[in-house]
Amino acid sequence: MAEVIKVGMADLNVCVSPNGITTLGLGSCVGIAVRDPVTKIGGLAHIMLPDSTAIRNNSNIPKFADTGIEELVKRVVAKGANRTRLVAKIAGGAQMFSFQGGNSEATRVGERNVEATKRKLAQLRIPILAQDTGANYGRTVIFYPETGDFVIRAVGKPEKII
Amino acid sequence: MSELNFDQMSQEYFDILRELGNIGAGNATTALAEMLQCKVDMSVPKVGLLEFKEVGMAMGGEEQIMAGIYLGVEGDITGSIMFLLEKNSARFLVSKLMGMEMEGDDFSEMEFSAMKEVGNIITGAYLNSLSSLTNLKIFPTIPDIAVDMAGAIMSVPAIQFGAVGDRMLLIQTQFFDDVAIDGYFILIPDMESYGKILSALGMSV
Repeated sequence: MAEVIKVGMADLNVCVSPNGITTLGLGSCVGIAVRDPVTKIGGLAHIMLPDSTAIRNNSNIPKFADTGIEELVKRVVAKGANRTRLVAKIAGGAQMFSFQGGNSEATRVGERNVEATKRKLAQLRIPILAQDTGANYGRTVIFYPETGDFVIRAVGKPEKII
Repeated sequence: MSELNFDQMSQEYFDILRELGNIGAGNATTALAEMLQCKVDMSVPKVGLLEFKEVGMAMGGEEQIMAGIYLGVEGDITGSIMFLLEKNSARFLVSKLMGMEMEGDDFSEMEFSAMKEVGNIITGAYLNSLSSLTNLKIFPTIPDIAVDMAGAIMSVPAIQFGAVGDRMLLIQTQFFDDVAIDGYFILIPDMESYGKILSALGMSV
């Protein structure tokens, strides 16, 4: 029986087919799913902030787009995925409130998380096959390394698969 | 503030926020009772320092639909404050305030405004108590509201806490009227405001 592995906020994990992997209620955070289509080994990261180098207290690796994606890739490769075959799908990075706090860290953080995610994936030469980012609503995502389906659920909207 | 003792200061800071939270929630209850023109009781607030992974579970799951009211804080200190309550509690408060039952499942524009007003009054009372305790001028900005999954709403304050640490402070208060209403407060002062609150309370920074 296949199970669905849960990933929390500032967290990541690997997943092998036929299992699925999910993270619930992504807001301004970004969910990054990677997969090797041949071995069907994948993983999911739920990052909160764009850049670990901009922050003093940065030991929490899965919290940041740069360190989180690097760690995710390391973990799926360790599990048996081929580094050069990896492909990605991303979701999240919403702006939940028109006002997002007074300080510079909070300004457009969803958008900046998406930008940082794309930058890191480009640097690692991992193509982004699909994305569902931005807007102003939360998303629950479920990723299936078997098919590469990235299921996205939002309140009051039909479920979609990207 | 020196960088060396940041973690230690951080703990001390959270302890102070915890105490301010208790007092603020008490004030907010009084404001709620005045607004609804009935007696409202409050349970002793539960204060938690949560890891980000635990935040959703603390509110009954990341996918629990909540109404979140979010305001900026200006004046002597800057930052933001959020008040959250479960969607059905929000509907109950709005219908009580407007004197009619809410129709349908979604909030209308008018109900959104009523909800913003509820949030304004509750967070205003909370900030007032913070202001009088510290003698600092604190003004709320115009509130914004989102009705969405708890995880998605909480990502906003979590990200701000995330910029300075790995945990966030959540104050849970239960209000009792005809029904029990679970409300959550999150106060997020900016780093620069950190020292101001501590020294205003007579602590060395």
